[in-house]
Amino acid sequence: MTAALFAVFQRDLRIALRRRADTGSALVFFVIVAALFPLGVGPEFGLLRRMGPGVVWVAALLASMLALGRLFADDHADGTLEQMLLSPTPLALLVLAKTAAHWLASGLLLALISPLLALQFDLGGEAAGVLFLSLLLGTPLLSLIGAIGAALTVGLRGAGVLLSLLVLPLCAPVLIFGAGAVESSLAGLGVAAHFSLLGAMLLLALFLAPLAAAAALRIALE
Amino acid sequence: MSWTRYAAPQRFYPLAGRAIPWFAGLALLLAVVGLVIGLGVAPTDHQQGESYRIIFVHVPSAWMSMIIYLALAFWAAIGLIFNTRLASMLAVALAPTGAWMSFLALWTGALWGKPTWGTWWVWDARLTSELILLFLYIGFMSLHAAIDDERRADRAAALLALVGVVNVPIIYFSVQWWNTLHQGASISLTQAPSMATTMLAGMLVMTLAFWMYSIAVALARARVIILEREQGARWVRQLLGSA
Repeated sequence: MTAALFAVFQRDLRIALRRRADTGSALVFFVIVAALFPLGVGPEFGLLRRMGPGVVWVAALLASMLALGRLFADDHADGTLEQMLLSPTPLALLVLAKTAAHWLASGLLLALISPLLALQFDLGGEAAGVLFLSLLLGTPLLSLIGAIGAALTVGLRGAGVLLSLLVLPLCAPVLIFGAGAVESSLAGLGVAAHFSLLGAMLLLALFLAPLAAAAALRIALE
Repeated sequence: MSWTRYAAPQRFYPLAGRAIPWFAGLALLLAVVGLVIGLGVAPTDHQQGESYRIIFVHVPSAWMSMIIYLALAFWAAIGLIFNTRLASMLAVALAPTGAWMSFLALWTGALWGKPTWGTWWVWDARLTSELILLFLYIGFMSLHAAIDDERRADRAAALLALVGVVNVPIIYFSVQWWNTLHQGASISLTQAPSMATTMLAGMLVMTLAFWMYSIAVALARARVIILEREQGARWVRQLLGSA
């Protein structure tokens, strides 16, 4: 079973590496959205510092929505997904493996580039570090919640917009605690509470989201 | 006679037809009583003047929006677990009423907010979570509408409703915490602790009226959904042919 999971994980990662343009586009989108905000609201650093955590987090949220559409769509189109449903390996674990690979190729990259954006918003070293850590904890959560939405909308017309419509409201708590961690770090308060809550939600999602996504896939493909 | 007898759309259809006038009549009666109490009998609030009277629509619609989401999730779960068609139809029938209730709560909240706080909208925890609830309703309806196959649509939307139910408390508490972080207790939505008895009575009667209205409308919508989905069935053809 572990071998099957690892094989799926490796395969998805390899596909992501071979389609660099696809993988990179969400990253570029992230950077562009964050860069547009100063153009929209003005270049004063005081304002940008105030907005920075929220803007970067919202941009990360939107960028990860953009990447989610691919999570199951290709496998659905070429029939791989049906084979996965038939395989003796529990579907929820396969979903978890796929989501993990998807996160490495999307969420992790977003987190890695975020300190650069933090500099653009004049957030300072410590806040940049907190931003990175909050994204490191938060983006897997986005991928997991998003996997449910991606599974529900697999194979539908207009799946992309629908996916965002379904998933974005559910992601509100992640945004609140993710951006909240950076803000409380800027305000000189501790970040432990935010990180604990993000971590708790991540654990909950790690357990529940693959089950829900697997159920959704079964509904979509029956 | 078992309670599952009416799980068949064929038997539920006439039952709902007989029940609707009762619920609608009760809704009308209770609304009239509630409005008389609310607009006529209840005293003027010493802080907010007459503007508080929108509470008799605002609070019931906010309550109903949450109760209907729970009812929707309940029927969705029944439909998903027992694979009953009628339960899924009820869930689908409830969604527009729930969305309308949360919209009404936001709208009347805005109308209330303007004279009392001087602004249409505040990023208060309750307003924000009500808005997210509206988004959840819209998501449920959009997902159902996007899938052509009815049964698949039922089940997918049901799963979404269940995911939403797990999330609603998390959303509510996170928004509440976010709110306390962002702005101090500059504005408090909580009522004066001692609410006049007549105000409370008017609000409860109006809530019952909204409850009856929601049931009547959901049943009426369920009847239409039954006809639409069972149009190939013989009993529907007989019904429509004789009518």
